[in-house]
Amino acid sequence: MRDLSPLFDPAGVIIAGASAHPGKFGFVALHNLLAAGYAGRVFATNLDQEPVLGIHTVASVDDLPHGRADLIVVCTPGPTVSGILRQAAARGVRAAFVTSAGFGEAGGDGPARERELVALAEELDMVLAGPNAQGVVSTPSGLCAQIVAPYPPPGGIGVVSQSGNLVSTFLNLASVSGVGVSRAVSAGNAAALDVGDYLEWYGVDDVTRVCLAYVEGVRDGRRFMQSVAETAAVKPVVVVKGGASLEGQRAALSHTGSLASDDRIFTGALRQAGAVRAQGVEEAFDAAALFATQPLPQGNRVAVVTTVGGWGVLTADAISGTALELAALPDDLLASIGERVPPRWSRNNPIDLAGGETRDTVPEVLDLVAGHRDIDAVIFLGLGIQSNQARLMSEGRFFPDHGLDRIVSYHRRQDQRYAEAAMAVAAARGKPVLVASELAVADPANPGVAAVREGGGYCYPSARRAVAALAHAWDYHRRRRARRDA
Amino acid sequence: MADREPRPLVTLSEHESKLLLARFGLPIASERVVATPEAAVGAADEIGFPVAVKVCGRRIAHKTERGLVRLGLRDAAAVRQAGTDLLARVTTEDGDVELLVAAMLASSRELIVGMSTDPTFGPSVMLGIGGIFAEVVADVAFRLLPMTTADAHAMIDDLVTQGLLGEFRGEPPVDRDALAAVVMAVATCAEADASIDAIDVNPVLVVDGAPVAVDALVVTR
Repeated sequence: MRDLSPLFDPAGVIIAGASAHPGKFGFVALHNLLAAGYAGRVFATNLDQEPVLGIHTVASVDDLPHGRADLIVVCTPGPTVSGILRQAAARGVRAAFVTSAGFGEAGGDGPARERELVALAEELDMVLAGPNAQGVVSTPSGLCAQIVAPYPPPGGIGVVSQSGNLVSTFLNLASVSGVGVSRAVSAGNAAALDVGDYLEWYGVDDVTRVCLAYVEGVRDGRRFMQSVAETAAVKPVVVVKGGASLEGQRAALSHTGSLASDDRIFTGALRQAGAVRAQGVEEAFDAAALFATQPLPQGNRVAVVTTVGGWGVLTADAISGTALELAALPDDLLASIGERVPPRWSRNNPIDLAGGETRDTVPEVLDLVAGHRDIDAVIFLGLGIQSNQARLMSEGRFFPDHGLDRIVSYHRRQDQRYAEAAMAVAAARGKPVLVASELAVADPANPGVAAVREGGGYCYPSARRAVAALAHAWDYHRRRRARRDA
Repeated sequence: MADREPRPLVTLSEHESKLLLARFGLPIASERVVATPEAAVGAADEIGFPVAVKVCGRRIAHKTERGLVRLGLRDAAAVRQAGTDLLARVTTEDGDVELLVAAMLASSRELIVGMSTDPTFGPSVMLGIGGIFAEVVADVAFRLLPMTTADAHAMIDDLVTQGLLGEFRGEPPVDRDALAAVVMAVATCAEADASIDAIDVNPVLVVDGAPVAVDALVVTR
């Protein structure tokens, strides 16, 4: 496996082709690097030696000191790239991220130029990312060497994508949810390093807890699946594949051959490799967020704790379409919940508290349920309702009189407690406790939702999405266990 | 130097294919290969009626589409007639052919198991729901070779139409261990011989819950 630490944790970075024009990639790359707070040494080249963003530039990499930078981010026109790599190697640079276009994706001699670039990188013993790629992000190093936004919060998700914009998509979801990112890279043309190579390195990267990959096609299917399998044996790998409907089935002598489309084989091979296949970016991020923030479910018995009936019903419906199971509530659990809520509660799973909760009911019931040996995971619905009312009260014309100030702060406190309780129970009991509310999208500032985010958790935008993520986690765990036992 | 021609694909006959796969544990119904309609009658007597009679040869493909199969033959006269009709349909291009006489199995469930070679992923094994709607329904699961018995079980779990694998029309559920063994017979056969390009075991009938291969095709290069 190639050591990618010069790419992800460089001691210094050169931006080749820094521009003074804020609309140019060469400006944006330097801007993003500096604005995100990269702590290492920063150098920049500019043919006219104009200062850019307060950075003194030199005309050529040759003018830079030796051994001061590990990574060069190349933003110059395609034909100049190989010369710059030679100069960079002579200055001790060990990794190149090439944003420049005009290689394999272009017609004419582009593909030949790309092959030459790969050969050159091999000759120089240099890590080569790209070309035609958008950037690399690494929160442990405060590195935002990309020509696009955003710079995500730090966390455990390692992102790799054959499409640069899909990297941005995942980073945006990380930013809004607060479930952060360890590393992210756009593979671009993947001339030397493809998704599988990055996954292998993420597999041994201690900061990365879960990998999130977008793939459209692979040149060597077997090698790619081997990389996925090696990584998935160590940590979860969530994959979104594009292009499923593009290819037809091929004519073949055998029935099996006529049924063997690339996508079907890809799907089976991914399962065999132990990866999690998600159907879209939301589903993929939802699953990655679970892996990044929750313990894995050790079984498939789910309890739904809700303060509102309809949500419980829909969650039960969603569970019925998966390998998860709505747990039958054992008598002792029924009895202990019954001691804490009025008799009108559901006495069944979903555990509908039916508005009978007092100050401590939700945290107590969550702990009772998650603590029971017959329950493997909990989904909690009802977070944010009180704060939602508090918001209406606090924004209305009667506030803060008529006792509204007191009830508003009580409601907000309660939602914060629920959020904190859900996360504390998950940690204490070693079982996933998922929280779901549309307020995650409708009002991210809702104190319940905000408390989940600030506590390092993830509030699912719907119970259905929470169920899908939990089903993925259970499937991953079950298959990994089966492989270990085999 | 001229480009080397890719080696042509060679198909084994149905009987040869089954015998090869049976060595790797594929369950097949009892059958005989004979040269004449009269010998077919003798074979049917040994096997027990009803029987199926098919044309069997290395160059015979798409038997059903070409009308080279006669099913549900209940007595000696029907077998003799079928054998005569079938041999009359054979052309010189079909090369050497024989008559294959096989026990007629009663089943309402068909599966398909096979192996094919993909340009990107190499050899892979497939399990799917069979029958006339197989291509349309396309409820299939693939795994790359080499694979394990646990993978074979996971393929069974991957099929969407699980209802067809449970109790069905008064028949017991499909024996999942036996079905995994069918998948592994195809997998181990393909692994044992790198010249195998494709395998079809189609259909695999489910008889009282047990999978039995009724037709098979092995393609080598």
